[in-house]
Amino acid sequence: MSAATPAREQFRPNAPSRLARLGASRVAIELASFFRSFDQVFFTFLLPVLFVVVFSTVFSGDIPGPPGKGTVPFAQYFVPGMIASGVMSAGFAGLAIGIAIEQHDGLLRRLSATPLPRTAYFIGKVGLAVTTAVLMVAIILAIGTAFYGVSPPSDPGRWAAFVAVLVLGVGSCSLLGIAYTRLIRSSTAAPAVVQPPYLVLQFISGVFIQYSSVPGWLQAVASVFPLKWMAQGFRYVFLPEWVAAVDYGGSWEIERVLAVLAAWFVGAGLLARLAFRWDRSRG
Amino acid sequence: MSAAIEARDVVKRYGALEAVAGVSLEVPAGEVFALLGPNGAGKTTFVEILEGFRRRTAGEARVLGTDPEAGDLAWRARVGVVFQSAGYFDALTPRELLRHFAGFYPNPLDRDTAIAMVGLEEKRDTRIGKLSGGQKRRADLALGLIGDPELLFLDEPTTGLDPEGRRQAWAVIREFAARGRTVLLTTHYLDEAEHLADRVGIIVRGRIVELGPPHLIGGRERELARVTVDPPPGLPPPPGAWEAHPDGRLELLTAEPTAVVIALARWAEELAIGEVPGLEVRRPTLEEVYLRLVRQHGGNGEVPA
Repeated sequence: MSAATPAREQFRPNAPSRLARLGASRVAIELASFFRSFDQVFFTFLLPVLFVVVFSTVFSGDIPGPPGKGTVPFAQYFVPGMIASGVMSAGFAGLAIGIAIEQHDGLLRRLSATPLPRTAYFIGKVGLAVTTAVLMVAIILAIGTAFYGVSPPSDPGRWAAFVAVLVLGVGSCSLLGIAYTRLIRSSTAAPAVVQPPYLVLQFISGVFIQYSSVPGWLQAVASVFPLKWMAQGFRYVFLPEWVAAVDYGGSWEIERVLAVLAAWFVGAGLLARLAFRWDRSRG
Repeated sequence: MSAAIEARDVVKRYGALEAVAGVSLEVPAGEVFALLGPNGAGKTTFVEILEGFRRRTAGEARVLGTDPEAGDLAWRARVGVVFQSAGYFDALTPRELLRHFAGFYPNPLDRDTAIAMVGLEEKRDTRIGKLSGGQKRRADLALGLIGDPELLFLDEPTTGLDPEGRRQAWAVIREFAARGRTVLLTTHYLDEAEHLADRVGIIVRGRIVELGPPHLIGGRERELARVTVDPPPGLPPPPGAWEAHPDGRLELLTAEPTAVVIALARWAEELAIGEVPGLEVRRPTLEEVYLRLVRQHGGNGEVPA
């Protein structure tokens, strides 16, 4: 009987080498699918560009420092926030909406009928989010430095922190996006279900409004979620220490930022495994 | 391994509604089995229970020796599925998608072989979003086959195909079965069941009401044959209790069509008219038997698929 061929007996669907190979294959397929859809690409990158342009134009002043410390351009303050917001958009909002559509249109039904491990599927989605997030960050930085006087750090240590915050941030946000699809009950409702938490967090995490202007209890709420920590981490990269004293009531606490994001990364991974369903197109 | 599929008293209830009302079925390895039934009879629900995509309310099921509700990835690798409907990866080409899917399986078919089998060579590098409905259906079939499964589920595999496409799909399914693999297909097309299936089950209102080889189903072989002739006017009628139609044709229902044909031949010889004009001998078609069975079992009560 064909069932007894040796290769089938040795088939280990979750072997690490197989997960790595299928994960890479999923990333390639996700990227091909994404970048071949002009509309998706265009609108994914349009929003952060608009935000940077509008914000930089509206708030063109400087933030005054304490005596003797000078000032920083307002753009230098909120571009790191925009970068954090872009990471959340690529990871959380982009994936949650994209996956919800795939679930409800029965696209994932095909994958669920194959021996593809869900871990490999997650790797593909995170890979897509990392790619779009990196591009978004590059676009925001390019616009900020070219047109609005944002000066990137020269210290390699700061760039290392930048990469660490970016990787942990996009990882946590995309796994949270995967988990969040559990709350989306139809593909048409997906944007409406995904936007509220994203919008609210942008207001209370120091993206749209200076963090020091957010009431304390809302700061406490924001401190639970990754966006506030990403914004704080990116600000550490771009801003002098005195801004932390003025705006965050202390220092940048980059170690704490990385620890919180790392914890979210692990927790969101567990949540994603528990909450994710292949197929929501049937009862 | 004896049976590829074993189901005993499988029930699926949605509230007060019984979509599958106690189905028992055994499909031996190597058989092509067709489930026939009107829309909403419970075909897809039953098949999706066997595929492991729906939980049964009651009853027992084993597919390749495993309870489909507990089927793991190694089991998935042995089972191929062609859905009645599923989303399409519009931005990818059949070749890209098949290479991707082939990577999921321990012993996949060659993707170009699979593409050639379903007759999609000319469109292999065209994005799926730009294919016609029938071409997409061919891609579905190739995706179901790419893992070279032991058991293939086909839910209305040729719906949307043109006649040539159907013939081609049938050839693919037969070729697959000829390698000793098992096929469970659902279909609306009786000629499809007759063409492909070793056995047919007719499912009406969640129950299998008839089961057997297509040429025997519903006692087809025992039913009376209908002999018709169309004699030119003015001739003496052939011997026997013929019933005359208004258009002049004569019809006879008989359990012994051979004897009737011999008598007709003698009659034609005596009158020296050569061929018996308009001679036709017919058994009821599968379609006639099917429609009768569906009517008998009150088959229009719609339940969700």
